[in-house]
Amino acid sequence: MAKSRPARLPLTWLGVVPFFVFVTLFLLLPTLYIVVGAFRTPLGAFTFDNILALNSPSILSAYWVSIKISFWSALLGCVIGFAMAAAITVGKGPRWLRNPLLTFSGVASNFAGVPLAFAFIATIGPAGIITIWLRTEFGINLRLMGFNLLSTLGLVITYLFFQIPLMILIITPALDGLKREWREAAAILGATNAQYWRKVAFPILFPSILGTMALLFANAFGAVATAIALTGPSLNIAPILLYAQIRGDVLGSPNLGYALAFGMIVITGIANAIYIVLRARSERWLK
Amino acid sequence: MTRLWSYGALLFGIVYFLLPLYGMSEFSLRMIRGEYSLQAYRVVLTDARFQATFGYSVVMALVTIAFGVLLVVPTAFWVRLKMPGLRPYVEFITLLPLVIPSIVIVFGYIRLYNTSSWLPMTGTTMGTNILLMFGYATLALPYMYRAVDTGLRTIDVGTLTEAAQSLGAGWTTILARIILPNVLGAVLSGAFLPLAIVIGEFTMAALLDRPAFGPFMQLLGANRAYEPAALAVIAFGITWACMGLIQLVSRLSKHNRIAR
Repeated sequence: MAKSRPARLPLTWLGVVPFFVFVTLFLLLPTLYIVVGAFRTPLGAFTFDNILALNSPSILSAYWVSIKISFWSALLGCVIGFAMAAAITVGKGPRWLRNPLLTFSGVASNFAGVPLAFAFIATIGPAGIITIWLRTEFGINLRLMGFNLLSTLGLVITYLFFQIPLMILIITPALDGLKREWREAAAILGATNAQYWRKVAFPILFPSILGTMALLFANAFGAVATAIALTGPSLNIAPILLYAQIRGDVLGSPNLGYALAFGMIVITGIANAIYIVLRARSERWLK
Repeated sequence: MTRLWSYGALLFGIVYFLLPLYGMSEFSLRMIRGEYSLQAYRVVLTDARFQATFGYSVVMALVTIAFGVLLVVPTAFWVRLKMPGLRPYVEFITLLPLVIPSIVIVFGYIRLYNTSSWLPMTGTTMGTNILLMFGYATLALPYMYRAVDTGLRTIDVGTLTEAAQSLGAGWTTILARIILPNVLGAVLSGAFLPLAIVIGEFTMAALLDRPAFGPFMQLLGANRAYEPAALAVIAFGITWACMGLIQLVSRLSKHNRIAR
């Protein structure tokens, strides 16, 4: 950094050079390399073939299963998280629960990855506590009922453990922003509680809820560690397929691997763009 | 919203959250048939690979945080003081690691910095360690930058800098003895979350083939029954401790903020 204040030569930009060098080398260039690689032949010529080659049954199904898992875990995470957050803010739940629940949400939303998978295997896995308990005490055999933790449904149930807390953390400030006057104004005009929710509160909160859902979707879509620890390489979802591709080129074409990664960036990018746009909209009301 | 509805939602959520926590705790105590014991914890904690990988990940986390502070504090300070026009761009870039999945970033590293490239970082062990640390710093960027920027907002950067300059301080002195102490609370609370993330991180470490804690946990999970549950309890404890430290630090550092 310059020791004296630059008098004539504009040298202020030198102060941000380390940061921009770092993000260029270790964030932007690696990503760009993947994106460009998705549109190249192994010899370096421009092509759309890799993107078109994504249209194969196994890759399409990997994306589709990933999207399904992310969508359902985001939707359920939103609904359950919203209900819980509403109960401790505007609802009639116990107020003392508010701070413990928010603190716990901070922990649980970061308790992801490998250990989270272990916790669920120990609970509802084939030899888990709940599985055994249901079988010995009630004669309910989850396995025979078709439930398998190492499946789409199992992943959704597991992902909810960090999705619900994230929803609670994001939506609680929005619920706090609902002004008492709005409810009172609605009540004075003769609205019932249900009408207030349907016509006033919900339309105001809707951009926040939808935006958070997009964020939860992206959050689940990029989760690799939990899925691998839970199912190993057996489940065909996009992040696991990409992991196997990086490890051993299972697709048989490096550039197809880039295209697979590019597809993931596009999907999480769209989800995050929706989040940013909708958050800006919701902030108009909740100041 | 009726009372019944409120309590129903809370009860459902609490049962859902407590069951896996109860499940992993109970399971981790069952290694010896027919009695509760801490045997699984003993086996895990005395495992040489546990000690090696856990130590490796903790060191990586600390180095990452140190590097992150050195990168983020001067940048955030400089942008706030001299180049406010750059702020939206810097902010946008620091949010990108939340958008781009980490598996994609590390995929780029492997192709860009392999042994036959212009910067063969993966050629040596040290080079790979540094590359992994840079990867972690990238993951930590969104949390650290926002924490430091929020911390800078609560102090009057311009006045402090001018006061220090008029007393003859250079930029290094200003940063190390004026700015950093003032935002230390924010820096620390922004550092504990990356600490928790880096210690348990799996994808980057596994794909760069480093002996970190995340890949070790995954390996153990594939081969053992009771030890993984013990590891899950330990990992949950670490996450909890990190979040507790964030709260503690932000509570302690409140007294020296200027009132606004």
